[in-house]
Amino acid sequence: MIAPTSHYLILSAVLFSIGVVGVLVRKNPLVIFMSIEMMLNAANLAFVTYSYSLGKVGGQVLAFFVMTMAAAEVVVGLAIISSIFRIRASIDVDDVSSLKG
Amino acid sequence: MIETAYFASLATLAVLFAIGVIVSRNTVHSALFMVAVLFCVAMLYLSLAAEFLAVVQITVYAGAIMVLFLFIITMLTPTKEEGPNRLVNRLPWAVLLATAFLVGVSLMIVHGGTGRPPVGAVDGAGGLPALGGELFTRYLLPFELTSLLLVVAMVAALVLGKRRV
Repeated sequence: MIAPTSHYLILSAVLFSIGVVGVLVRKNPLVIFMSIEMMLNAANLAFVTYSYSLGKVGGQVLAFFVMTMAAAEVVVGLAIISSIFRIRASIDVDDVSSLKG
Repeated sequence: MIETAYFASLATLAVLFAIGVIVSRNTVHSALFMVAVLFCVAMLYLSLAAEFLAVVQITVYAGAIMVLFLFIITMLTPTKEEGPNRLVNRLPWAVLLATAFLVGVSLMIVHGGTGRPPVGAVDGAGGLPALGGELFTRYLLPFELTSLLLVVAMVAALVLGKRRV
């Protein structure tokens, strides 16, 4: 028997909130992206926890798809970030505001 | 008892490393803290009878995605001079860590683990055969679509990385 399911879900929620704080507070785009990946991991943990507690394997399948999608998203996101910041001198998302109304 | 201790220690470590990711001033430290978080989550997957996902997490997430992150971090942040050769100062620690790892792995090989089933793996969703079965029958279309997605991502990276001629 593992630790109670609610403990895993609380850990997933805590990791998700830490990721949210990271996205909102940090200015470095790479740390923001890492916080997004942390949120995805928290969701994966919730998927796998429910898969275990309900006895169905669908949660693990969905977590597998989330991991694949996260890999594709990281590739495209980092390509975009590196092509934006290859031109500019500073790595600061607050400076990328030319579309500001 | 050991299950709650396992979960409690891994959960505390995961939260501390996650706070380290968002608090570190140095981006490389954030990336390394992230690798530690991913490793802790992979160990938690092991206790949830998702061994394949644990291995995939370490291989793909920590081993490929975070390495890509580190490439981009070192490409984008201004480089500082490292100073005199610091490798010499770290050699005893590296040797100690490598020896501990070697001893642990050799003990596992010789004794075949503790002989008990893994934590919580007995009553689970069925592990890798069930996962493979679902993936190739009920979720076959999404599975093929993810391979298409990966090809699209590769093409996008090539196009975005091209220098403007």
